Amino acid sequence: MAMAAAVPALSAAEPDPPQEPAAKAEVLTTERPGADFMIDVFKSLGFEYVCANPGSAFRGIQESVVNYGGNSKPEFITCCHEESSVAMGHGYFKVEGKPMLVFAHGTVGLQHASMAIYNAFCDRVPVFIVLGNNLNAATRRSQVDWVHSVQDAPSLVRDFTKFDDSPVSLEQFAESSVRAYKVAMTAPSAPVVLVADAELSETPIEGRRDLKVPRLTAASPPAGDPAAVAELAGMLMEAQNPVIVAGRYARTQAAMAHLVELAELLQAPVVDQGMRMNFPSRHPLNLSGNAGALIRNADLILGLEVPDFYGLVNSISGQLEYSSHLVTKAKLASISAGDRLAKSNYQDFQRYQAFDLDIAADGEATLPSLVEAVKHRMNGDRKRAFEARGAKVAEQHAAMLAKARLDASYAWDASPVSVARLCSEVWAQIRNEDWCLASASTVFVSNWPLRLWDFDKPYRHIGGAGGAGMGYGAPAAVGAALANKKHGRLTVNIQTDGDLMYAPGVLWTAAHHRIPLLTIMHNNRAYHQEMMEVQIAANQHNRGIDRARIGTSIDDPNIDYAKLAQSMGMMGIGPIHKPEDLAPAIRRGIETVKRGEPVLIDVVTQPR
Amino acid sequence: MKKSVIAGVIFVCALPAIAQQGNAENGKKLFIADGCYQCHGLQGQGGSSAPVGSYGARLAPPKLPVAAVRAYIRHPGGGMPPYTAKVLSDAQIDDIYAFLKTIPAPRPVKDIPLLNP
Repeated sequence: MAMAAAVPALSAAEPDPPQEPAAKAEVLTTERPGADFMIDVFKSLGFEYVCANPGSAFRGIQESVVNYGGNSKPEFITCCHEESSVAMGHGYFKVEGKPMLVFAHGTVGLQHASMAIYNAFCDRVPVFIVLGNNLNAATRRSQVDWVHSVQDAPSLVRDFTKFDDSPVSLEQFAESSVRAYKVAMTAPSAPVVLVADAELSETPIEGRRDLKVPRLTAASPPAGDPAAVAELAGMLMEAQNPVIVAGRYARTQAAMAHLVELAELLQAPVVDQGMRMNFPSRHPLNLSGNAGALIRNADLILGLEVPDFYGLVNSISGQLEYSSHLVTKAKLASISAGDRLAKSNYQDFQRYQAFDLDIAADGEATLPSLVEAVKHRMNGDRKRAFEARGAKVAEQHAAMLAKARLDASYAWDASPVSVARLCSEVWAQIRNEDWCLASASTVFVSNWPLRLWDFDKPYRHIGGAGGAGMGYGAPAAVGAALANKKHGRLTVNIQTDGDLMYAPGVLWTAAHHRIPLLTIMHNNRAYHQEMMEVQIAANQHNRGIDRARIGTSIDDPNIDYAKLAQSMGMMGIGPIHKPEDLAPAIRRGIETVKRGEPVLIDVVTQPR
Repeated sequence: MKKSVIAGVIFVCALPAIAQQGNAENGKKLFIADGCYQCHGLQGQGGSSAPVGSYGARLAPPKLPVAAVRAYIRHPGGGMPPYTAKVLSDAQIDDIYAFLKTIPAPRPVKDIPLLNP
C-alpha cells in the first residue's frame, strides 16, 4: 500500500503501524432493531392497544408494533389527534382497569396530548405514554428531526405526571417501563411518561442475548393504619346522622361491593359525587340527590377520596365578592390518598380543609378493614337503631326518585327536546341491555341519568374528565367502548356538541376500528357553560346579558352532526327536533351498534 | 265547602288582573334574549340537580307572586347573577312573569309511560 511504503521501518519491538481500514460496505438493513425489544417489553406488560397519531419520532416502534409484534397486544389504534389518544386511554381505563399505551412525538405530539394528560392526572387515571425523540443531535437527518427533538421531553408534562424517564439503553428502557407501569397503577394512580429514543429504537440489537424484561410486581395500595381505622369505626358507630360521600373512591370493580357493605352495616346514606361508579343509584341508601340537606344535618361526614372536601362542607358565594362559610357542625373524616400525590404548580388539590380524622390512604384499599372494624363493634342495640335509621333513609330515597320523575315531566313534550326527555328515551331503550354510559359528565344533562337510571354495576358509568378540560368526552367514550367491546356491552355516550368539535376525528377512529358505540348528541348549539359564565360576568358588570352569546354559541351555521358522522364512515341519524322521533331513532341506532358499528344520533336539545 | 268555592272564584277572577300586568309575548322574547332559559330551561322547567352543580330552579308555572320574583331577581342568592333595573326593568320582569304563567303544568307523571317503569 502506498501509505505503508511512506512510513519508516520500525523496530521489532514497536507495534505495527496503523493500517488504513479496508473499505466496508454500508449496512443498510437490520432485522432486529432495538424497537423489537421495546415491543417485547410492552407485550410483557399486557397492553391490549396502543393509541397513536403516527409520528416520525417513533417510527421504529410503530413499525415494530405492526410487523414484529404482529399488531396484536398491543394493536395499533389510529388516532387523529394525540389528545384523542390519551383521552381514549383515560376512558379505556375507567372500564378495563388497565392502562392504555399511547405513542406520541416528544415535542409536537406531546403538546397536543398535554390537555388530556392533565385531565387524566386530575382524575387519578394511569396512562402509559411513550414519547419518540432523537436526543443525539449527530443522528438527526433533517430540519424536521431537529424541530421534533428536545433535551428533556417529559418536562412539558412533569407537573402533572407521576413518573418519567429517558432511558439511554435498552436495559434501562425495560427496567424503567416496568417501574413506570407499577408506579402508574399504584394508588394514587396517574399518567407516566417514558422516552423511546430514536437511536435506541432503530439501532440493531443482533447478538444481544443479555436483554431481559424485569418481572412486574404489583404493589399493594396504601391502606389506612389499624389504629386510625378503629377510631373511625368508633366514630361511625356513635354518630346519629352519619353521611358517606364517595368521590374518586372506586378504582376497581370490587369497590362498589365494599361500599355497599359498609353503608348497609351502618344503614347510613351515601352521596355518590358521580366521579366514579361508586354506589348503585337505586340502592335505598343512595341519597345523592339530597346531598345539601344531608351535609347540613349530619353529625359525621366520611369522605372517600373526595377531592374538594372544602367545597363539600362550605357554601361559597357565587356573587361578586368572594365569601364562604361552613354549612355543617358535623365531625369530618377523610380517607384519601390525595396528599400522596400533591404537586405544587397546578392547583388541583383544592382549598385546605381541616379534619377531625384524616387517613392518608387509598379509600378502596382501606374499606375492607373499616368494614371489619365496624362489624367488630356491632351489637343488637346498635343494629336496631341503625335499621330504624335505614328505613327513614329508604323513604327519602323513594321520595327522591318520585321527585326526579315529577321534575322530568316538565317540558316533556318540548322542542328543542328537554334533556330529561332525552335521557328518559335513551334509558327506555337500553335498560334491558348490558349497558355502559360513557358520557364525560352527567352534569351537562342536569344529572338526569343519575337521577332516573338504575346504575347497578361497576362499569355502568365512567365519570368525568377530572380536569374539566373540554375535548375529553368523545374520545373517552370511544376508549370506553373499545374496552367494552370484548365484553359485548352496549356503550352509550350522550355527547355534548362543543366537546365533540375539539377533535371530531375520533369518530373516524371508531368507524375505522369498528368500535361499537352509540353517540347521542346533546346538541344545544353552544358552549353552554361558558355562555352562563359570560352571563354572570355581564350581570356583575351591570351591562345586561343579551350579548353573552357572542363567542359562546355554536350556530350560524348550525353543525349537521349526522352528516359529520356519515363523512367519517359511520351511520348518522338526525338532526332530531321532536321528542316523539327519538325512540325509533335510538332503536335503529342500537340495532346497528349491536352489529359492531358506531352510530351517531344528532338531537337538538335544550341547554341542560 | 262553600268557603272553598268562594275562594276559588276569587282566585280565578284574580288571574286576568295579574296577567294584565305583563305582556307574555314580549316576556317570551326576553326570556330568550336575557338568557333566563340557559339555567332554567326554555319552558322554565328548571336545571341541574345535586350532587353536582345544582342550579336553575323551576320557574313555570310560577309559584311565587310577581313581587317576590322581582325582589329575588334584584338580590338573588346562590349562583344566580343579579339583574338590576338598569338591565331588566320591572315592566320587563312582569312580561317574563306573564310568559311563565302561560306555560301549562305538565301532564301527570302517571300518564307518561317512560316515567312509570
